[in-house]
Amino acid sequence: MLLIHCPYCDEDRAEVEFVYGGEAHIARPPDPSALGDAEWEAYLYLRANPRGRHHERWRHTHGCGRFFNAVRDTVTDRFETTYKAGEARA
Amino acid sequence: MSGYRLPAGGRIDRNAPIRFRFDGKDYRGFAGDTLASALVASGVTVFGRSFKYHRPRGLLATGVEEPNALVTIDRGPGRVTPNLRAPSVALHEGLTAASQNRYPSLRLDLGAVNDKLGAFFPAGFYNKTFMWPRSAWEKVYEPAIRRMAGLGESPVTRDPDHYAATYAHCETLVIGGGPAGIAAALEAGGRGGRVILIDEQEEPGGGALADPAQWAWLEESLARLAALANVRVLTRTTAFGFYHRNFVGAVERLTDHLPPAGASGAREKLWRIRAGEVVLAQGAIERPLVFDGNDVPGVMLASAARTLALRYGVAVGRRVVVMAVHDSGWRDALALAAAVVTIAAIVDLRDAVDSRLLSAAEAAGIACRTGHAVTGVRGRLAVSGVEIAPGGTGAAERIACDALLIAGGWTPSVHLWSHARGTLRWDDAWGAYLPDAAIEQVRCVGACGGDWDFGGGVAVPALPSAKPAHRQKAFVDYQNDVKSGDIELAVREGYRSIEHIKRYTTNGMATDQGKTSNLNGLRIASEALARPVTQVGLTTFRPPYTPQTFGALMGHHKDALFQPVRKTAIDGWAMEHGAVFENVAQWRRARYFPQAGEDMHAAVARECRAVRESVGMFDASTLGKIEVVGPDAAEFLNRMYTNPWKSLLPGRCRYGLMLREDGFITDDGVAGRMADDRFHVTTTTGGAARVLAMMEDYLQTEWPGLNVWLTSTTEHWAVIAVQGPRARDVIAPLVEGIDLSPDAFPHMAVREGRICGVPTRLFRVSFTGELGFEVNVPAGHARAVWEAIDVAGQQFGITPYGTETMHVLRAEKGFIIVGQDTDGTVTPDDAGMDWAIGKKKRDFVGKRSLARPDMVVGGRKQFVGLLTDDPAEVLEEGAQIVADPAQPMPMTMIGHVTSSYWSATLGRSIALALVRDGRALMGEALYVPMPGRTIRATVCPTVFYDAEGSRLND
Repeated sequence: MLLIHCPYCDEDRAEVEFVYGGEAHIARPPDPSALGDAEWEAYLYLRANPRGRHHERWRHTHGCGRFFNAVRDTVTDRFETTYKAGEARA
Repeated sequence: MSGYRLPAGGRIDRNAPIRFRFDGKDYRGFAGDTLASALVASGVTVFGRSFKYHRPRGLLATGVEEPNALVTIDRGPGRVTPNLRAPSVALHEGLTAASQNRYPSLRLDLGAVNDKLGAFFPAGFYNKTFMWPRSAWEKVYEPAIRRMAGLGESPVTRDPDHYAATYAHCETLVIGGGPAGIAAALEAGGRGGRVILIDEQEEPGGGALADPAQWAWLEESLARLAALANVRVLTRTTAFGFYHRNFVGAVERLTDHLPPAGASGAREKLWRIRAGEVVLAQGAIERPLVFDGNDVPGVMLASAARTLALRYGVAVGRRVVVMAVHDSGWRDALALAAAVVTIAAIVDLRDAVDSRLLSAAEAAGIACRTGHAVTGVRGRLAVSGVEIAPGGTGAAERIACDALLIAGGWTPSVHLWSHARGTLRWDDAWGAYLPDAAIEQVRCVGACGGDWDFGGGVAVPALPSAKPAHRQKAFVDYQNDVKSGDIELAVREGYRSIEHIKRYTTNGMATDQGKTSNLNGLRIASEALARPVTQVGLTTFRPPYTPQTFGALMGHHKDALFQPVRKTAIDGWAMEHGAVFENVAQWRRARYFPQAGEDMHAAVARECRAVRESVGMFDASTLGKIEVVGPDAAEFLNRMYTNPWKSLLPGRCRYGLMLREDGFITDDGVAGRMADDRFHVTTTTGGAARVLAMMEDYLQTEWPGLNVWLTSTTEHWAVIAVQGPRARDVIAPLVEGIDLSPDAFPHMAVREGRICGVPTRLFRVSFTGELGFEVNVPAGHARAVWEAIDVAGQQFGITPYGTETMHVLRAEKGFIIVGQDTDGTVTPDDAGMDWAIGKKKRDFVGKRSLARPDMVVGGRKQFVGLLTDDPAEVLEEGAQIVADPAQPMPMTMIGHVTSSYWSATLGRSIALALVRDGRALMGEALYVPMPGRTIRATVCPTVFYDAEGSRLND
């Protein structure tokens, strides 16, 4: 069971307190109507799915309830770092 | 008879005799025996029948790696456990055990015909034989094969035992209580910090238990551990899995070693342990040798025979031969000879063997045959002799014996290391994989890390022989009956990856997870593929290390505690009034309230009529509620829902439709504007948490600049729906501070005031199509208010109704239920709800997707009504719809029935459905094929009753 460091609570907590939130740093386009179908499809569905460093979101649902970002290695499941929503991509 | 009790020796208590039963026969043993040691001492040689061929099998090992001696232990009704390994079963007074997979008995098993027909059952036989005719596979072949193959029988009664669970944290977790593990625990304990030492056996000691020279050290060390307050020693505890960040799962067996009468409390305890450092001390497992006849009862691992003699005081035979490719076989033979077990000969494949071992053997009067291999075993129910030949191919020599011990080398146990994703490296000296690099804070000590002196040896795939593999009965995986010839067959048939070879032959896939077969299988495959072992790979180790009970993993989460049951504040009243309940998400909801003699049909018909004719009351407390507050509340709702919200005045309500970003309906509900900056939003019962999570996601991560915050109020507000022409009359005397007259309080409005003296948010909304109110009160007052409304409604015949009636009444009005009439692929237009979209809104979640090509193309499924030709016929929900009932199969399905009920209001059945281009098919006939008949129905609008909505506006 993973231990994840919530940057708001500033503690390592067990995985069961969190919900995974998909790839991070994908901003919703400010004007979706301006996007063509291919661009909109990419926003909706296409994800990097890397082998290795993955920037992703987690939410501390059974804790402070906040969303935050993490860099996790998808092969070893090691968390390199976690950082608050809105902070620069690590 | 071969095995017998030695006159002295062992750790058993010869002053504590024990009686037990095996296959209906009485036997005797001693306290400290296992079922296996006591049976061997009684001369039993056949312990089981093999999975596929029903070959008689004896004991191979004395640890959890034992593949053959699988037994069923009966501790009473509901307490029958199959597939336990006899050497792991602690003997206790009255133990009742039975062998498996044999009929009528172990010694005479009719299933042995499979052995004679073995040529038809090679690896993967079901891909080649028993294929014609195809229909016969399902009805004849498979059931027969399933009956004949197998291990134990599954229990068919409930397990009455209960199972506990606990968490533990420690600085050091030592897994394995042999010499290396005990030393590690002492060292860690001396450093301070919490230490937990676990061992799977009845007592700690591991390999030292079979070496009397170490017993004094063992006793002293265990005493030192017991004296350390920061050290906890758990025996009868198996660490079955090693998970992320040093999280280890273990099961402690609390009562199986006790007579049932003496056992109380939980049967097993699940330990969830988080450790700062894990020290693995799991030891190594001796490998069998692969040769023709290596599965005759009486063929046993040399270390197992040593353990039987020195730990349990049992000799495996009166005239024993040892076949070794490793020094440890010699050492075990010499230890046995010292314990007065007659060793007739030691046969070693190696030409050159350590001269000290040779002299010691000769001094003990043991004949030595170096450079020889066993080429055959005589005997069927018990070994009676062996054939050996120089190099395995020269002239054969026979040696009479009643037990053959095999010493094929040692395999470090790297299972838990591998669970934790530690890497492995091949070691030629061991002829096995050793732990290499770790990801977690874990290290290996002792044999499992390659740090133990068993001596030296060679590693061979199979013993050399003049006979080709496919003509030998040379077993690699005893439990799944996989022979060396099967692995060669897999390679001949084109399998190259060890993962494919494993699955095609089932080598390593039995309950022992290949503990004695993985490496032998790997070597044979490697030789057949003509590739080095390291290039062939190794199959993946997965938890559990040994089989664990469902009970231990489940703990208390069964029956009433299987899942939380959420109940409303009014649930108690419903129960007292005979409600029949159903589960909606995790909520328990009253489905209908049957009166004397009513079935569901009658109760629901009565409830429906009562609501439409007079008044009914319904507990809607499970509805999700979210308080949306802040200056940007309306802007936020505008972005989340399809509807326009900014123009909604305080005191008014609006039905909201929520889409996912991909444009599909995900939830709906009425929201009331309490003030400019405050909305009382509702969601479906099942969607409450999901909707709030979605809102938080957008608010926190997309629009953090919006000044609005969200609070879940689902449990805060109880909701009592009062619906029907007399609804206002019922609540009027109870309400204060609100003008209920139609002009002052129109449909789709919300007011704050008091009811029965408690605060209320009173909504005038209707899911039934009748005049209706939803009385929101703080949940703590809900039952009192419900009862007051009930009393006030008596003069109007107020009728409590449940979810079934709620469903029927809304269906008569064509209202969708998200998740029933929608399935995550339905757009607003599909549902005929384009009206809910704010056309002037620049953007909302899902808007862009509604313009995607597939959303605007024709041929989408659309929400319509269906009226069956036969008004008494109620369609089945989920039934498929076709246009032409005469078309050949497979038919083109154009839609399905989403909701279907008997309507007491209309006196006939009604149904709602999603049908391709449904709106263009108004008035047309469609067909619902069912088993045995086809039902004809006509497409109609979704509103079956009061289409103008006049009954709402009283």
